[in-house]
Amino acid sequence: MLPKPTELRVAVLYPTLLNIYADRGNIDFLRRRCEWRGIGYTLVPVGVGDSLEAGTFDFVYIGGGQDRDQVRCGEDLQGHKAELLGDWIGQGKPLLAVCGGYQLLGEAYTGPDLSIPGIGAIDARTTQGDRRLIGPIAIRTNLGGPTDGVLAGFENHAGRTVLGGKTPPLGTVLTGHGNDGSSGQEGFRHGASLGTYLHGPLLPKNWWLADWLIAESLGLAVAELAQLDDSLERAAHRVARSVAGAEWADAPAF
Amino acid sequence: MPRNASLISVRKWLAPTAARAVGLLLRGLGRAGTTVPGRVLLAIDPSALSRISSRLGAGTILVSATNGKTTTASLAEAALSQAGLSVAHNSAGANMAGGIASALLHAKHGSDAIGLLEIDEFWLPELAPQLKPRAVLLGNLFRDQLDRYGELDEVLDRWIDAAIKLGADGTEFVLCADDPGIAWLGLQLPTSLVTWFGVEDTSLALKQLPHAADATSCRRCGSPLVYSAVLLGHLGHWSCTSCGLTRPTPTFTVSEVTLHGARSSSLKILAPSGTHSIELGVPGVYNAYNAIGAWALVTTVGVEATVVASAFTAAQASFGRAETFTVSDREATLFLVKNPTGANEVIRALSAETGRLAIQFVLNDGVADGRDVSWIWDADFEDIASQVDTVVCSGTRAPEAALRFRYAGVPADRISVIGDPRLGLTQLATTRQSSLWILPTYTAMLDLRSTLADEGLVERVI
Repeated sequence: MLPKPTELRVAVLYPTLLNIYADRGNIDFLRRRCEWRGIGYTLVPVGVGDSLEAGTFDFVYIGGGQDRDQVRCGEDLQGHKAELLGDWIGQGKPLLAVCGGYQLLGEAYTGPDLSIPGIGAIDARTTQGDRRLIGPIAIRTNLGGPTDGVLAGFENHAGRTVLGGKTPPLGTVLTGHGNDGSSGQEGFRHGASLGTYLHGPLLPKNWWLADWLIAESLGLAVAELAQLDDSLERAAHRVARSVAGAEWADAPAF
Repeated sequence: MPRNASLISVRKWLAPTAARAVGLLLRGLGRAGTTVPGRVLLAIDPSALSRISSRLGAGTILVSATNGKTTTASLAEAALSQAGLSVAHNSAGANMAGGIASALLHAKHGSDAIGLLEIDEFWLPELAPQLKPRAVLLGNLFRDQLDRYGELDEVLDRWIDAAIKLGADGTEFVLCADDPGIAWLGLQLPTSLVTWFGVEDTSLALKQLPHAADATSCRRCGSPLVYSAVLLGHLGHWSCTSCGLTRPTPTFTVSEVTLHGARSSSLKILAPSGTHSIELGVPGVYNAYNAIGAWALVTTVGVEATVVASAFTAAQASFGRAETFTVSDREATLFLVKNPTGANEVIRALSAETGRLAIQFVLNDGVADGRDVSWIWDADFEDIASQVDTVVCSGTRAPEAALRFRYAGVPADRISVIGDPRLGLTQLATTRQSSLWILPTYTAMLDLRSTLADEGLVERVI
């Protein structure tokens, strides 16, 4: 039997440009949960002009940014990075793309005064809507876990993303808008590659998803990770659910 | 007179009377009438803002920014009042249409009447043309409440459009040279209308741009900006190495900042009138920016430097901005926090304290706070984590506030969650520390202040 991996290497794409909704919260959340368990953690920042090297990371994070910055990132992704990410997602390897980062994985993000190239790693197209879809959101995924797959967060996006037949959604909308405000679909999922409009610090509101991503990235089952005291994390999830109008009815007492 | 015309004039006469009556009624009920009377006024007479402001003999001046509006306006108010002007001022920070109309309701007429209004950054383009200001101060634009304001670039674009139109009518602009976005706005205006202010003291420069910094690429050519000194968020001494755009040279500057812990500071100010030393009852580099901006602003309306210096030194902290009171024999200080850059400055001030920190973080998610509490993860609470003795988290999003401190590195046994803000403060006051630091978001500050005012611990405003 191979020894269990003891280090999580996280490639963060465009950490200074795609970080508008406190995406750092997700990264710090993963780091601390590794540290508290004695799992090593390495951040691999990849900026505009930097190369993304296969074999240097176990997990990829792409956050959200302003349109102006997203154009620069979309252009920079073309070529080698697009190819590598396309393969990565094609194999369903661990990745979390949030908001703008999610849009960049599709074919393109277009609108009357906007044209941001995507990398076509997923079967999705995004067009600019006439108003932003803003507010608390809750979705149900089929990832199981202590909340029966429910994720809660906040969305704020002008893009309307429509998935083609080759890419399934991450979940269905319980409350809020989701991908396009009408399909009832939210995000995308291909194996352990996930995209979502639940922006910014999604993981602090959904601690179990952080553990799911850590486990997938290390090739472990969630049950193999050391247990942590998650009472504050559970309380934060319960409040985020409540704000979104999707109460966590069977929440354990804290 | 046609019947319509007489009806309209009756409405105009009636509107302020009705609105004032509502204000009196609210105060009779023990409520602060900061917004509702103005809403009544505007409902009856939608043109009330331009009508009332046109009667102010000394004109109207406006203050807008993401951070520092209330403190800047409150310092300006002190100087204008000391100069003998009668100031109509929305001092409680009610800075949207209703709050501004409420403040104007109390305006006096005559040559010495002046309007001093802080305006919400989102409302500025809509309200400024109605108020026909003689001068506008724009301090900074930071990432704030993206759920309400949209992206930062959009706010700046709307500001630029509005400023160009106001400039065409002769409005003067007092602008922060250290904010690349504000500077870009000023460069679109005739130079004769622009007064620049900034901070020259680079001894307090940060080692690097903080995580929450926004305007790091050039507005003109899109290249990354370089900083010889970063002073606060993305404010500093910047230039674009690609197209040559650079920080304008300010005529009003702070040449020396000396911080006295988290409570006060001393400034040396360089202005066209000469060099002035002032003591400020508020801490931090951010208040150096507020002070120099306010100084430049009141100078444009003719207040003498000696008057400004003595007024600033005597000014009290304003409404929840480093306001101090005593509770359970401890000295408590309120620091409003509402976005990452503002919170970072409070964190920076607290990190200057030598004792262990007893903190209450009151995190609400009301509309006025931003429904989205993501911003707490952009603020650098890590910088004080090792100094924390106790942190009590309260408010509607108390658990996420507590998580933020835990993931910043504060041990779990130093963190507690007590949803009710007043009960949380009582708990905090059981610590051994003699100083308590309360960090509320906007609605949390209003609620907590109101409770404290009921107990006679702070003064009720209005």
